[in-house]
Amino acid sequence: MAADGAPALPEVVRELYARFGENLFTLQATVDQVPTLWLPANRLHEVLRYLKNEAPKPYKMLYDLTAMDERLRKHRHGLPAADFTVIYHLLSIDRDIATRGKGDVRLKVALQGESPSLPTITNVYLNANWYEREAWDMFGIVFEGHPGLRRILLPPTWTGHPLRKDYPARATEFDPFYLDSLKQDMEQEALRFVPEDWGMKRGTADHDFMYLNFGPNHPAAHGAFRVVLQLDGEEVVDCVPDIGYHHRGAEKMGERQSWHSYIPYTDRIDYLGGVMNNLPYVLALEKLAGIKVPERVQTIRVMMAEFFRITSHLLFYGTYAQDVGAMSPVFFMFVDRQKAYDVIEAVTGFRMHPAWFRIGGVAHDLPQGWDKKVREFLDWMPKRLDEYKKAAVENAIFKSRSRDVAAYDTACALEWGVTGPGLRATGCNYDLRKVRPYSGYENFDFEVPVFHKGDCYDRTLAREEEIRQSLRIIEQCLNNMPSGPYKADHPLTCPPPKERTLRDIETLITHFLDVSWGPVMPAGETSQLIEATKGINSYYLTSDASTMSYRTRIRTPSFAHLQQIPAAINGQMVPDLIAYIASIDFVMADVDR
Amino acid sequence: MSAFVDWLSSPVVLAAIWAMVKAVIILLGLVLSAAWMIWLERRLLALWQDRYGPNRIGPFGLGQVIADMIKIFFKEDWTPPFVDKATFILAPLIAMSMMMLGFLFVPITPTWGVSSADLGMLFFFAIGGLAVYAVMLGGWASNSKYSLLGGLRSTAQTISYEVFMGLSLMGVVMQAGTFNLREIVEYQQQNVWFIVPQFIGFCVWSLAAVAVTHRTPFDLPEAESELAAGYHTEYSGMKFGMFFVGEYVGIVMVSGLTVALFFGGWEGPFWTEKIPFVWFAIKCLFFMSSFILLRAALPRPRYDHMMSAAWKVCLPLSLINLLVTGAIVLWNHGA
Repeated sequence: MAADGAPALPEVVRELYARFGENLFTLQATVDQVPTLWLPANRLHEVLRYLKNEAPKPYKMLYDLTAMDERLRKHRHGLPAADFTVIYHLLSIDRDIATRGKGDVRLKVALQGESPSLPTITNVYLNANWYEREAWDMFGIVFEGHPGLRRILLPPTWTGHPLRKDYPARATEFDPFYLDSLKQDMEQEALRFVPEDWGMKRGTADHDFMYLNFGPNHPAAHGAFRVVLQLDGEEVVDCVPDIGYHHRGAEKMGERQSWHSYIPYTDRIDYLGGVMNNLPYVLALEKLAGIKVPERVQTIRVMMAEFFRITSHLLFYGTYAQDVGAMSPVFFMFVDRQKAYDVIEAVTGFRMHPAWFRIGGVAHDLPQGWDKKVREFLDWMPKRLDEYKKAAVENAIFKSRSRDVAAYDTACALEWGVTGPGLRATGCNYDLRKVRPYSGYENFDFEVPVFHKGDCYDRTLAREEEIRQSLRIIEQCLNNMPSGPYKADHPLTCPPPKERTLRDIETLITHFLDVSWGPVMPAGETSQLIEATKGINSYYLTSDASTMSYRTRIRTPSFAHLQQIPAAINGQMVPDLIAYIASIDFVMADVDR
Repeated sequence: MSAFVDWLSSPVVLAAIWAMVKAVIILLGLVLSAAWMIWLERRLLALWQDRYGPNRIGPFGLGQVIADMIKIFFKEDWTPPFVDKATFILAPLIAMSMMMLGFLFVPITPTWGVSSADLGMLFFFAIGGLAVYAVMLGGWASNSKYSLLGGLRSTAQTISYEVFMGLSLMGVVMQAGTFNLREIVEYQQQNVWFIVPQFIGFCVWSLAAVAVTHRTPFDLPEAESELAAGYHTEYSGMKFGMFFVGEYVGIVMVSGLTVALFFGGWEGPFWTEKIPFVWFAIKCLFFMSSFILLRAALPRPRYDHMMSAAWKVCLPLSLINLLVTGAIVLWNHGA
C-alpha cells in the first residue's frame, strides 16, 4: 500500500496539518479509507485535545483504543519504526452525518522496546480507562498516569501478555497445567475483596461502607459479570464493574486461524447476533481482497442480519420485562424467537451460530420455499408486538420502573462510547445503516427510531420499534430478492468457485491452495463498522500477506456500554441498577471476546 | 377404669375430642391444599404463558406434588457454617406455623372451623405481625447480604402494610359489630355481602393481603432478579420447603379470610345448607387463582414506590373508609 496517490487529503488531515504542521505526522494509506496518521507520543495529548474540543465538528467519541505488536510484521513500507503501536480510533458523529461516513480518524503512536510506555489519555477521553487497561493486559504497554492500571480481562495472577507475538497461542505450546495447594492458596488470596485495590474506600471516620458483590453469578447479571456495589441502604453510592469472566482470547485466535476458518469464532462474539457478527468481518476482508459481491448476496446478508436483530431484540425485550419483575412476557417472546429461528434454521441449517456468511458470498443459496417461511414470520410478528405493548410497555408498574431510571444524555453517551439503541434513545439520530450504508442498506426504506429521554424506558421503546423496522427491511428483501449467484466470482472468494477447476490448471492451483491453506489476503489494514444488534461492532484487521490475520481487533459495543455503568447509576437504587443493566442489552461474550 | 370411660364418654369430653379431630382434619386439609396449590400455580402459569407445565406424573400431572414433596424431603438440608444456627432454624418454623395459625378462626361451614372465639380477627392481626419475624430472622440469621436486604425490605413492607390492613377491616367490624369472624359471616348472610358496602375496604385489604403473603407484585423480600432469592437465599432442603409451603398456606389462609370477610363465607346462590363447603371452596379457589394471575400479569414495583403507595394512598383511603363507615353506622343508630 503506497502512502501517496490520494489526490485530495481528507478534511481532518488538512486541519491537523494546518494546525500542527505536516512534519509532525506520517500519513498511512489504509484499505478502509480511514485517515490514519502516525504521530509522536509527546504531542498526542495536544492533538487529541484539539480534535475533541477545538476542531470544527469535534471528535467527541473515542471509538476504540487498541495496540499491535509490530515486531514480526514484514509489510510495513513507509511506516515509522515500531515494536508496538497504540492505535486511537476517534469518531465524530456530526462529521460522519455531514460527510456521509467520513467522520473517523485513526491515530497511531509508535513505541519501542520490550516494556513500552506512553502517557495515558484518560484525562482527555474518560472511556480510555478500560481500553488502556486492556492494552496493558494484552500487550504490557504501560500508560503513565492511568488511575488504576491493572489487568482487566485476565485474572490478576496471570503472567505474560497474550497478544504479544512471542506469547504462544496453542495450549500444546505450554507446560501442563498444575494446581498445587500453594498455587491454590495464592489464587484464593487473589480473590479476596480489598476495596482499596478497586479504587474504593472501606469507610469514613464515622461508618463502614457496605459492599455487595453483584455477580459473577447472579440471576440478573446476564452472564458472568460482576459489579461491586457500595451501598447505603439500597442506594448505590459507588460501583465498579468487573469483567473478564467470559474471555476466550478471540483476538488471539484470529492470529492462528485461516481467514476463512475464523468465521465461526465471530459468531460467538455476540452470541445472540449470529450471522450479524460475520458481517463486519467478511465485509472488511472483501475490502481488502477487492471483492465485489453480487446483489443477491448483499440482500441475503441484510435479510439474515435483520432476522438476528429481531431475535436479539426479542430476547432483550423479554429479559428486560423479567428483570423488572414481569414473569410472563419472556415466554411469549421466546415463542416468537423460536419462529424466527425456524426460518433461520431452514435457510442456514443452524439456529444460533450459523457461521453462514463467507468471504465473497454466503455458504449456499436460499432453499426452495424460503419465501413462504419468511412470509409466515412477517405475518405472525406484528400482531404479537402489538400485544406486548399492552402486556409490557404500557403497564403502569413497568413504566414506573423504567421512566427516568439511569437516564443519560447524548454528551454522556458519546463520552463513554455508547452506540446503538442506547445512543439513539438520547435523541441522537445516528445509525450506520443510514449514515454509511453497507451491504446495500441504502436500497432499503426504513426509519431510525429516535427517542429523547435516554432512560431505560426509551431504550426499550427504541428496540421495540427497531424490531418493526427490521420486519420492514425483511419484507423488502422478500419482495425484491435479486436473482444471481450467491458467491462472488473472485479468486479469493472462500470457498472459491469450482466450476472451472477441471478446465485450466491455474484455476485448479488457486482452488487447491485456497481450500487447503486458505486464501492469502493482500497486506494492508482494513476495517468495517456495522450497526450490530447492540451497537457498533467492527473488525480492524491487519494482514501481512499471509493465510492468517496478523492482528484481529474486535471492537464490541457491549465493552463500552459496561464501562459507563457507574456514570449512569451512581446515586440510584439497587432495583434501578437491575433495570439499567437489563436495558443495556449486553452479552458477556461480546464484552470479553 | 370405668370412671375414666365415663369421663371419656361425657358429652363435654366427646365434644372436645371431636373438635380436636376436626382441627386436625382442617390442618391436614390446609397443608394439602397448599401443597396442591403449587401444582395449580405451575399449571395455571403455564397455561397463561403458552407452556405445558408439569403434566407427566399422574392425571394432569397431579402427582407432581408428591414428587416435589419426596424430593424436598430427601434433599440435603444443609446449614451453612456462617449462620446463626438457632435463629436460622427457627425462622422457617415461624413462617409455616404462623400462617397455619392464621387459619384458626376462619369459619369454613356452619359447623366446621377450628374455633370461633370473639377475638378472631384481632388474633389474625397478631399472627400477621408475628409472621414478619420469620422473614426478618431468616434474613438476619443467614449472615448473607442478599438475605439481609430481603429481610430489611420485608420489615419495611410489613410495617407499612400492617397499619392499614387493620384499618381496612375496621369498616367490616363496625358494620357487623363484632370481631368474631363467624358472626361476621352470619351478619353478611342476613344483610348483604361486605364487598358491596365495604368495597374500598376490600380494595385496600386485598393489597395488604398480597403484601402479607409476599406474593407478586409484593415479592420484594425475595425479588428473584434483584436479590437472588432474598431472605431464603441460604436455605435448602426442608427448611426452604417450609418457607415455600408457608407461602402457599398463607395464600389459602388469606383467601379463606377474604371469603369470610367480604364474600359471605359459605353462602351460595342455592343449596347453601346442603353444600356450604363447596361454595366456600369455590370462592377460595377463585381468590387463590387471582394470586397466580397477579403473578403472571404484573411486574414488580420498586420498593420505595410500594412504600409510598402504602402511606400516601392506602392509608388515607382506609382512614376515609373508616370515617364514612363510622358516620353511616352512627346515623343508622341515631335513626
